[in-house]
Amino acid sequence: MNAFVADRAPAPVEDAGERELLLRVDNVSLAFGGVKAITDISFDIRKGEIRAIIGPNGAGKTSMLNVINGFYHPQEGTITWQGKVRRKMKPYEAASQGIARTFQNVALFKGMTTLDNIMSGRSLKMHRNFFWQLLWRGPAEREEIAHRRKVEDIIDFLEIQAIRKTPVGRLPYGLQKRVELGRALAMEPELLLLDEPMAGMNLEEKEDMSRFIIDVNQEFGTTIALIEHDMGVVMDLSDRVVVLDYGKKIADGPPEEVQASQAVIDAYLGVSH
Amino acid sequence: MFQGKKRHMVGSASASPRGEDTFPKILLHNAKVLGNRTAFREKEFGIWQSWTWSGVLEEIRAFSIGLQSLGLTAGDKIAIVGANRPRLYWAMVAAQALGAVPVPVYADSVAEEMAFVLGHAEVRFAVVEDQEQVDKLLSMAGEVPSLQHIIYDEPRGLRDYDHTRLHDYASVQEIGRDKLRQSPSLADEWERGFAGATGADIAVMLYTSGTTGRPKGVMLSFDNLIVSARNANIFDHLDESEEVLAYLPMAWIGDHVFSLAQAFTAGYCVNCPENMDTIDVDRREIAPTYFFAPPRVFENMLTMIMVRMEDAGKAKRAMFDYFMGVARKVGEKILNGETVGLKDRLLYRLGEFMVYGPLKNRMGLTRMKVGYTAGEAIGPEIFQFYRSLGLNLKQLYGQTEASVYITLQPDGEIYGDTVGKPAPQVELKIADNGEVMYRSPGVFVGYFKNDEATASTKTEDGWVHTGDAGIIADNGHLKIIDRAKDVGKLTDGALFAPKYIENKLKFFPNIKEAVAFGHERDMVGVFINIDLTAVGSWAERNNVNYASYQELAAHPDVYRMIEGHVDQVNRDLAREPMMAGAQIRRFLVLHKELDADDGELTRTQKVRRSFITERYGPLIEALYDGSSEKYVSTEVTFEDGRKGAIEATVEIRDMALHVAGKSFQEAAE
Repeated sequence: MNAFVADRAPAPVEDAGERELLLRVDNVSLAFGGVKAITDISFDIRKGEIRAIIGPNGAGKTSMLNVINGFYHPQEGTITWQGKVRRKMKPYEAASQGIARTFQNVALFKGMTTLDNIMSGRSLKMHRNFFWQLLWRGPAEREEIAHRRKVEDIIDFLEIQAIRKTPVGRLPYGLQKRVELGRALAMEPELLLLDEPMAGMNLEEKEDMSRFIIDVNQEFGTTIALIEHDMGVVMDLSDRVVVLDYGKKIADGPPEEVQASQAVIDAYLGVSH
Repeated sequence: MFQGKKRHMVGSASASPRGEDTFPKILLHNAKVLGNRTAFREKEFGIWQSWTWSGVLEEIRAFSIGLQSLGLTAGDKIAIVGANRPRLYWAMVAAQALGAVPVPVYADSVAEEMAFVLGHAEVRFAVVEDQEQVDKLLSMAGEVPSLQHIIYDEPRGLRDYDHTRLHDYASVQEIGRDKLRQSPSLADEWERGFAGATGADIAVMLYTSGTTGRPKGVMLSFDNLIVSARNANIFDHLDESEEVLAYLPMAWIGDHVFSLAQAFTAGYCVNCPENMDTIDVDRREIAPTYFFAPPRVFENMLTMIMVRMEDAGKAKRAMFDYFMGVARKVGEKILNGETVGLKDRLLYRLGEFMVYGPLKNRMGLTRMKVGYTAGEAIGPEIFQFYRSLGLNLKQLYGQTEASVYITLQPDGEIYGDTVGKPAPQVELKIADNGEVMYRSPGVFVGYFKNDEATASTKTEDGWVHTGDAGIIADNGHLKIIDRAKDVGKLTDGALFAPKYIENKLKFFPNIKEAVAFGHERDMVGVFINIDLTAVGSWAERNNVNYASYQELAAHPDVYRMIEGHVDQVNRDLAREPMMAGAQIRRFLVLHKELDADDGELTRTQKVRRSFITERYGPLIEALYDGSSEKYVSTEVTFEDGRKGAIEATVEIRDMALHVAGKSFQEAAE
């Protein structure tokens, strides 16, 4: 009857599990002395998907992210990133190869403005050396302007124009989280790792953040792996979910399947081990 | 001093309509005569992007031809929904060039309200700002069967939507540009298309926010807008060198006239802020020469200043207080050109350097030539504050139905309690019941599809009922007392003008909103809404702990502070013979902020008295039954449309009355 009624039906998407492989983790184990943080975990992240990693506290989720971006080096197992197998990688190498992340506890430069914080995310992409920078005029200036333009796009995208020149230490927590996302986006990453992007936010802030995550995924085609405790958010946002408990993988699949899994229910409600 | 400039004025040199009697025609004229002058600016990516008049012509032409190929034709209605953006202003003129009628809609109105307006106006097209508006319109598509095409300015998040009826603004413009490239004669053809339009055609339809009942679609002709705008430009010597900031809702007549009608007729530049949160910064950067704001904006600016001064160091505060004292004493006299002693003049100069200048710079009013406030009465103390800084702030009285202007305060004839003399070509009279009536070239054509309302508002010979009660003072200035239907009497016969009392209360930075009751009752009772910014800052300094608005509002210390304010108001009222009988006997502090989303305020933030009377019935009864507290549960609507409830036990305080300056009986007469 009305022309617009069908407008919002999303375009059919192929099953996330069949998309091109971006990252694969094979039989990874990580131990700190006698503490086994991760035991023999394997899963993959496919191009363009939103992949959630969930699990109760201490399940090894953040350790897993730290393994992926090279902060921790697993004792066993391999990581395949864009077709290349690697054992050891330093965080800055991961960054230069297109892996960006945000942190569970906001890790911004508190005394610097929003603009400068996001600009710092571009530093890996700046090519003019120190002497050019010192000279300033000419190529270094042009480069800075080009990067500033990118940063302004991100500021516009995240709707944080009003705090462009505000030192981030003065911002409320929800906005700091947004600035941190902005800094990660400034790297134009292939894979974006978000460690509890919505922790400590109120409902409205969560809704905003969810919208930004979806927009990043759709507009820029960025693959996203996120850790999140809010199950509503996880179930709504993600294409596939992997569930960890005590360092072991206990489920992996689409949200509705994972939600129905007895092992997951047990892990969250707690049964004796 | 502006006489010399006046000669260069475009389109506004004469009040009589010349060749250019529609906005598309004025656009052609401006592009020819003012081609390289900046017509629009918008801050984007942290930089002010600008367009010249000839650039604007190109933009509008391309979009207009794009709209035409989508099927927009004469007589169609096209909704404009969003914040102030150059492209949305252009869309209005682009539609007018095709003979279509733009209908700007309040972007923040809830879906139900918007659906009513769009459905009533029978819009076929809508030009909207972004995904939020697209979603809103799609959600109400069932209720607006006439809607065929939606065009959005900001493509973000809309990529996966079905684009058969949904279009990107840029792509519609591209259709137009393609066509123009293919046949260069199309530009002339497009111009010929509106050469035959006349000033009597409908230019725009604006839905009044309506303090009562459903919104009504006010139809304004090109003549209404253009003649009024030209008159106003002449009245205040405005020309193409002005800068204005377009930040008020586009659906409001004020913005339509200031940011479009007067901008086109005078040829001045319209600046669109980056977004709603950056207005303060953007205003500072632009420093508008002509500035318009409802009292609320001036109140907020003053509150911000006062709050910040409270936090300032002792020396700074002393300096501020001293020079504000000087300004209060002589500032207005100097502005009005009266004689002032040399010592005071020098002190004022020094104050300008030390305090007023930096303050004006903070507020972005350094270059302000003329500023207006309207929409509601402004607190006289607030008004004087700005004028004493040397800002030529004036009051005007207007209505959507009048294309804004009914009365204006001429330079140098400023009286805080009046709204000025009739605007050029406006006739004014007071009806027998005290209601203000006017007749002018700006008087609207009629309400869309509502002849009954048109007939009851506009008489056969063109006089319009304003619905406001007022008196014309001996000096020819109009004084508005209240809404005609709101002015009442207490049971003892004392005059009760609720707005008068409310405005007195609202001057206190701690009070954001007040609602007074008393008509046909034996005494005056008041609801008070605290201002969270001001009271929050006060609480911080005084170690008052609170977790929510509700808790702060009910705090005994807050009550004590508000009690002091109410007592001050009573003292003031006692001094005025007319009002002394209507002192506040009892008051309470509301547990929630009055909010437009809950229907308690209109979209222009005016109190909807009848709605509040209904909604808070139990609280009003409690004001009058002598109880000292009352439990209430109030339904609230969250921004996403869900509903919840706020429960509270609200305390009610009794006040002592002051002895009237004159005898009680006399005042009651």
